[in-house]
Amino acid sequence: MNDAHNLDRERFGAVLTLMHRIRAFEEAAIAAQKGGLVLGAIHPSIGQEAVAAGVCGNLQAADLMLSTHRGHGHTLAKGADPLAMMRELFGRAGGTCGGKGGSMHIADFGVGMLGANGVVGANIPIATGAAHGLKLQGSRQIVACIFGDGAINRGPFLEGLNWARVFDLPVLFVCEDNGFSATTRTRDMTGGAGAAARAQSIGIPAEEVDGNDVLAVDAAARAAIAAIRAGKGPVLLHCRTYRITGHTAVDPATYRPAEEVEAQRANCPIHRLRAVLALSGMDRAALQQIHDRAVQEMNAIAVQASETDWPDPAAAFSDVQDMGDPRERAY
Amino acid sequence: MATETYLNAGRRAVIEEMQRDDAVWALGEDLGRGGVFGQYKGLQEMFGVDRIADTPISEACIMGAAVGAAMTGTRPIVEMRFSDFALCAVDELVNQAAKARFMFGGQMRVPMVVREPIGMWRSSAAQHSQSLEAWYTHIPGLVVVAPATPADNLGLLKSAIRNDDPVVYLEHKNLWALEGEVPEAEHLVPLGKADIARAGDAVTIVTWSGMRHGCLRAAQTLAGQGIESEVIDLRTLWPWDRDTVFASVRRTGRLLVVQEAVSVSGFGAEIAASVAEALHHDLKAPVRRLGAPRIPIAYAPALEDRARVGDQAIIDAVLGLVAPCPAD
Ligand SMILES: Cc1ncc(C[n+]2csc(CCOP(=O)(O)OP(=O)(O)O)c2C)c(N)n1
Repeated sequence: MNDAHNLDRERFGAVLTLMHRIRAFEEAAIAAQKGGLVLGAIHPSIGQEAVAAGVCGNLQAADLMLSTHRGHGHTLAKGADPLAMMRELFGRAGGTCGGKGGSMHIADFGVGMLGANGVVGANIPIATGAAHGLKLQGSRQIVACIFGDGAINRGPFLEGLNWARVFDLPVLFVCEDNGFSATTRTRDMTGGAGAAARAQSIGIPAEEVDGNDVLAVDAAARAAIAAIRAGKGPVLLHCRTYRITGHTAVDPATYRPAEEVEAQRANCPIHRLRAVLALSGMDRAALQQIHDRAVQEMNAIAVQASETDWPDPAAAFSDVQDMGDPRERAY
Repeated sequence: MATETYLNAGRRAVIEEMQRDDAVWALGEDLGRGGVFGQYKGLQEMFGVDRIADTPISEACIMGAAVGAAMTGTRPIVEMRFSDFALCAVDELVNQAAKARFMFGGQMRVPMVVREPIGMWRSSAAQHSQSLEAWYTHIPGLVVVAPATPADNLGLLKSAIRNDDPVVYLEHKNLWALEGEVPEAEHLVPLGKADIARAGDAVTIVTWSGMRHGCLRAAQTLAGQGIESEVIDLRTLWPWDRDTVFASVRRTGRLLVVQEAVSVSGFGAEIAASVAEALHHDLKAPVRRLGAPRIPIAYAPALEDRARVGDQAIIDAVLGLVAPCPAD
């Protein structure tokens, strides 16, 4: 148990703010999808906020991060503008990708967020290569690569981890284990002891942490990043958490018992951090205010995003590639 | 001018571009030993293990890592060894490299060259002989290049390395030893420009890669019979040089497209369809295509040859095109 009395209250107050903002963003996005404003599928990260906050909170602005289809939290935590993100979900001008990507392709290179990905596990080789590129150029920055538990059963997981070890690259691999590969329990589909054991078999130091305890994630990420920055090569963190919502916002997730979800709600990482902060002496009103402000911020952003123009249709033909006419032989 | 092989011309292109630009580096299997065909011979000694990087046998990661390294400011040259093995890295090329610039709203580019040796030589069978250029011309975001001569391998590879978008660069394995005149001075061939390999007015033959040479041999034979064929080597398949092809077909009124790849759904179909759509009134005969039958490439020469478009097939196709139509 973390010692509440020695807690850096200011720092973890900020962490709580971030976690509330992530949850409020997801809830605003789910509500907007019910209202028809979010055009495509979204994969909410409700219940998993401690991983985003604990990992990205330890990255520097110039460090890089690659995420997954379930990437809103990671992206916000890396410093992206939630209004641009919400516009992207709504397919509007001014979205992070000008409305060309949507939820599964949010990227903000300006804050070192090198992309969510619609292909499970595809971010692992790219993150590894980004670190390879940084190392070739003598950079001191590191790359964080966050993926789900399902991704460890794809080949690029093995190829990427082996590569990062062979070239001693500055990558923090984070397996954000929410228990599910879409609608199937990952443990039923996975041989052996999982992500950490696989990493260790390749010679990559790996640690399992309670992914709903942001203090634990924060401490583990901080230590891992310090080692990586010191030139010791890749590290893997296996964070066990739980996906409170369905796989997508419209998945009722009837494939799991209600009691299981209820028990996990009680284990909510936000509640747990609030309890620790309360114990450390932060007053209830201050805690409540953090929540309320986050909800207000994201609800206002959803309204603002809904009032934004659609992209100029001509943009469908831009940024394909420099050469050739994208309209050739078309309609 | 100096005489150089197709293989060494490509090697020279890599050396010159790596000397010109520190951001350029190469990654792939066995590059330290020169690569499987010797395209990288001596380069690790010249540039070190960081810039001529030996990698694990991890095609998906070779391609994916190049995407990440291109996003962080370097210009990787990816060596896939055989184009057949690049199929282990299709997601990384097609879903990631080709799409990132567009999908992320133009925030960055992915400058990388993917070298994928293609084509038949002798008895390499079904998994080491294919020509899969049409897979890539179909993908928005990719440039596709297929050089046929030493000079073009030098000039096109240099241009490909300087291109800011991903380029699939298809060298033909059967041409490695081909010798030709290569300029000694800096030589850049622009991407997207065809080469009129032989001028003529009776028929336009459009081809690329290894088939350039079969078409030129056939044209030589046909010239002996008084039939002058114009042979156009596309060199770049996307974007292909529509202006040069159309200007030629307007003059000759006849088009034959010759490719080594399987004819069905091949890139030749794109040329044939484009000409048929746009130049219907200029055509004196229906457009024709020649390509491989839809069979995997076999090992035994007698079987393997069934997958080849031979010189005689080209000659016969041209004779068919120039013969007066019985209905006339
Ligand atoms: C290569 C690939 N296969 C399948 C899918 C479909 N798919 C999307 S998300 C998902 C589940 C991924 O599970 P996990 O990696 O644990 O991430 P989580 O959804 O739990 O965050 C699947 C199968 C995909 N996007 N990419």
